[in-house]
Amino acid sequence: MELSDELRQLYQEVILDHHRAPRNYGTLEPHTHQAEGYNPLCGDQIELFLRVNDAGIIEDARFTGQGCAISRASASLMTEALKGKSIEEAHTIFERFHHAVTSDPTAPIDADRLGKLVVLLGVREFPTRIKCATLPWHTLEQALAGGGTTTTE
Amino acid sequence: MSLHSLQTLAYDVERIRQDFPILAVQPHGKPLAYLDNAATTQKPRCVLDAMMHYYTHLHSNVHRGVHYLSEQATAAYEHARDIVASFIGARRREEIIFTRGTTESINLVAASWGGAFLRPGDEILLTVFEHHSNIVPWQLVAQRTGAQIRVVPLEPDGSFFVERALEAITEQTRIVALAHVSNVLGIVVPVAPIIEHAHRVGAVVLLDGAQAVAHMDVDVAELDCDFYAFSSHKVYGPTGIGVLYGKAELLERMPPYQGGGDMIRRVTFEHTTYNDLPYKFEAGTPPIAEAVGLGRALEYVDSIGRAAIAAWEEQLVASCIEQLVQIDGVQLLGPERGRAAVVAFSVEGVHPHDIATFLDREGIAIRAGHHCAQPLMDFFGIPASSRISVAMYSTEEEIERAATALRKCITVFRF
Ligand SMILES: Cc1ncc(COP(=O)(O)O)c(C=O)c1O
Repeated sequence: MELSDELRQLYQEVILDHHRAPRNYGTLEPHTHQAEGYNPLCGDQIELFLRVNDAGIIEDARFTGQGCAISRASASLMTEALKGKSIEEAHTIFERFHHAVTSDPTAPIDADRLGKLVVLLGVREFPTRIKCATLPWHTLEQALAGGGTTTTE
Repeated sequence: MSLHSLQTLAYDVERIRQDFPILAVQPHGKPLAYLDNAATTQKPRCVLDAMMHYYTHLHSNVHRGVHYLSEQATAAYEHARDIVASFIGARRREEIIFTRGTTESINLVAASWGGAFLRPGDEILLTVFEHHSNIVPWQLVAQRTGAQIRVVPLEPDGSFFVERALEAITEQTRIVALAHVSNVLGIVVPVAPIIEHAHRVGAVVLLDGAQAVAHMDVDVAELDCDFYAFSSHKVYGPTGIGVLYGKAELLERMPPYQGGGDMIRRVTFEHTTYNDLPYKFEAGTPPIAEAVGLGRALEYVDSIGRAAIAAWEEQLVASCIEQLVQIDGVQLLGPERGRAAVVAFSVEGVHPHDIATFLDREGIAIRAGHHCAQPLMDFFGIPASSRISVAMYSTEEEIERAATALRKCITVFRF
């Protein structure tokens, strides 16, 4: 059985790699920001921890939780992208990623500005799976807004 | 040759498949293998035709007009009730109430019967494998009345011991509400001893038959259950309609669930008297075309034969389980035997949504998620699972395609 092109786009090697061996997986103590994300549709859940220093720079980011390959890879790639960034930059990355991932599958991709996150854009061909990719990012916004639980449906 | 193999020999699945136009759809350019029948079944052409015929030739409002079409529509609607009554073995036609589906049927009993008869300290007995629609209505009425919910557990290995249910029935138990067939475990619950024991302590029993009626013979009089609920769309009929069977003497004593037209006899602002059964529980214009479609669907099922369908599906389920348990990392939810048409499983290290997406691209439709049974997922300690469920038109080839795709999927995700 051959994999279709769309499946190959969705489950690129990088994504499978981050799924099998997620980066920054675990809790973070001490942390300054924390939030939980939950997708009731599939039961996916994520807990995100950030340590932001006095200068407003994200020194460390980690996550735990259960989820599909897409949400795990997305969380893994997100935590990598956040480290060393200011909170303002984190918001910008969120906006950029969110805009790209919810855009039409035929819309051009700004690969330079998205960096490694472009591998997640295969999800645009799978409308029912976009929430999987965005769950960690909504959890990030929740954490930066002061914590709590965010739910995507 | 055994009766069983004679039945499946005579079973012409290809001819049956011709009756279901939607099976010709090609998702992503692949032949469709529709294995999500526990969510909803597809519709045979005769059901679509019956609904079209109704709207083309018979439609009007029911029980209201004296004109020709109103009489035709009323006759068609009431004929559907007769078909349902005979299909599930109800003794009296007025024991069949049309609702929107299983969910509304259970809500009706919880609100009307529960609201009228439950008192603080009374117990509502459920099982851990109930669908949310047989949990939440009871929580709502428990909050209103002060009744308590108790839950029959599973054994640690996920098997169901009927003794656990019998033990849990006490003098405080007022109602036992449970699935006839679990939509995750697939088990056919041995309800007879539960019903008998419940009646001994004066409790009533509601069976959620959503996953049962399409797959086995159901006779409510023989079962002696007090209420039986099911959905048309899971037994080859249209969406938007379902059935509540209730024993007449219980339904008579219950207050109306909703108020409106059709359910009344005489309305004044001071006092309203209610209509007789079943109309007391059918407020407003009912889903008439849907009732007609449901009636036709049940006739169609009986034209194939419920025993033949059950024997066919049993073979498919056995073959599915046999193939799945051989795959490394696959964990079956529930026992290998004693099942109706449902096979749910989890795969170590691979999320159900990834499996479902992967299979979807092969044209194979399966379900991934919590199957509206979160307490059961919690029991197994998993957020979600995958589920294959068959129907009368399913084939061995479809099961093999699903198993092959699953093996391939696991290789991609694990290594
Ligand atoms: C066991 C069981 N009960 C109840 C329901 C609810 O049925 P419906 O959504 O048609 O009301 C379902 C279907 O999802 C089910 O499988």
